Amino acid sequence: MGLATNAIDFRAVGQVFATESGPLTALDDVNLTIAQHEFVAVLGPSGCGKSTLLRLTAGLMLPTEGKVSVYRQPVTRPRDDVGIVFQQATLLPWANVLDNVTFPARHKRGRVGAPDRERAAEVIAAVGLKGFEARLPAELSGGMQQRVGIARALFLNPDILLMDEPFSALDALTRDAMGYELLKLWQASPKTVMFITHSIPEAVLLADRVIVMSARPGRIVADMPVPLGRPRDESALRAPEVQDFAAHLRELLIAKEPSL
Amino acid sequence: MSANADTSAKAALTQPMREAPSLSLTERLIVMPVVLPLLTFVIILVLWEAATRVFAIPSFILPAPTRIIEGFSAVTPSRWSAHVWATLRVALIGYLVAIAVSLPIAIGLAKSRLMSRALYPLLVVIQSVPVVAVAPIIIVVLGTDDAPRVVITFMIAFFPLVVSMTTGLMATPPELIELSRSLRAPQYREITQIRLPYAVPYIFSGLKISVTLAVIGAVVAEFVAADVGIGFFIQFSTSMFRLPQAWAGLVVLVAMSLFLFQVVSLSQRLFFPWSLPKERR
Repeated sequence: MGLATNAIDFRAVGQVFATESGPLTALDDVNLTIAQHEFVAVLGPSGCGKSTLLRLTAGLMLPTEGKVSVYRQPVTRPRDDVGIVFQQATLLPWANVLDNVTFPARHKRGRVGAPDRERAAEVIAAVGLKGFEARLPAELSGGMQQRVGIARALFLNPDILLMDEPFSALDALTRDAMGYELLKLWQASPKTVMFITHSIPEAVLLADRVIVMSARPGRIVADMPVPLGRPRDESALRAPEVQDFAAHLRELLIAKEPSL
Repeated sequence: MSANADTSAKAALTQPMREAPSLSLTERLIVMPVVLPLLTFVIILVLWEAATRVFAIPSFILPAPTRIIEGFSAVTPSRWSAHVWATLRVALIGYLVAIAVSLPIAIGLAKSRLMSRALYPLLVVIQSVPVVAVAPIIIVVLGTDDAPRVVITFMIAFFPLVVSMTTGLMATPPELIELSRSLRAPQYREITQIRLPYAVPYIFSGLKISVTLAVIGAVVAEFVAADVGIGFFIQFSTSMFRLPQAWAGLVVLVAMSLFLFQVVSLSQRLFFPWSLPKERR
């Protein structure tokens, strides 16, 4: 990674929401740097402000304190080089796979040209949905729907990919398979990935680095590199130092869980 | 063993050819869409006819179905079509005006909390005004041509449309709105490409309710002031004590409502099949 530039930079970021029961601190003094093309998993209990972290990076909200920068520019509005994958695929039910993938072009520019369709064919093939272009979302399984969601996020070829618990709505087997496929995609076309999750195995399998957060207020309690080389497979995950690392993450999470 | 396998293989082969062999007669009647309600209807008609004859019920209290059918010939077909066209025209224009007015209002209510706080209570007040009571006032203000009748129809038909459209426009998954914002797309495309299509199932439930209300609106308006139309015809016939032909007018009104409802249902099935629940596609 050597001379890597910083893709995402959080400096003393705080986020307070006004709610009916008074102000709610979602994030408190968050400092975080993610290098270009680094794969970072953000791990934490629900309500710890993980999604807020993602929305701040996307420029969908502005921090009430501190500064968020992407490629050294303060984030003041959504950028073109950021793609988002949501927890639910949230596809357009009336549009087929191809039209869902090209939706960003149609929505942003009002039209879909021949180069757009070529690019769509490329990303649809990359997520393994070649031949399903004319299907409606209702005709696809949950895993396939989320593949379309990923293809839609990759369509504009973003340098930064923000993923908000993208596999948490899938069954366990599909979830593992999707993880390996995501790694393949990432290795074939490197991107900076911020991957929000509450699953320890998922974080360990996918990420270069794991950020552990605590809830209310959301704070970073640990920031550790994953002791695993690449490419990764199931046997590598069974190595004792990886198991120790996962156990350590679990302790951190349980210690910070206020209800336990 | 092998014989068994052989017969089951044969059964598997012939299976697709047979038409649901396990269904009993009652089950088949339940599955068929038209037969059972039609049968019920015919039985009721027969009982009705028999009751009026056996108990010698006078026709101004309850005319027999056969008398109602005779009632259709009380006026000429061309007069009938004039009545039908008058009511249908007012109902349709009022309905279209209601759609045209409620859509921008619904978009405003869904997009702006300020507008929804300011307008919604007012809409509820308007809806709470009994239109039948206001109708004479509207006729005096607007005269006796189509205009007041269209306004009355509009007033009855538009509230369910506003409510269903607003609900639909707000039912969009918030993630899609975030996607739209992250693409920095023009605001109007959030409405045209995301919110409106998402609202289609809601809009159609409003359209179905309102189309039958529009017929009611047209009839109410004709009760107050008209010289043509099914509503006028029913009122005129009752005032002349010709009850069988008033019932005939009622039958025409029911047919008109059913027809308009079916047109709305069919256009949803035809143009927006994805917006229907899966089993009804």
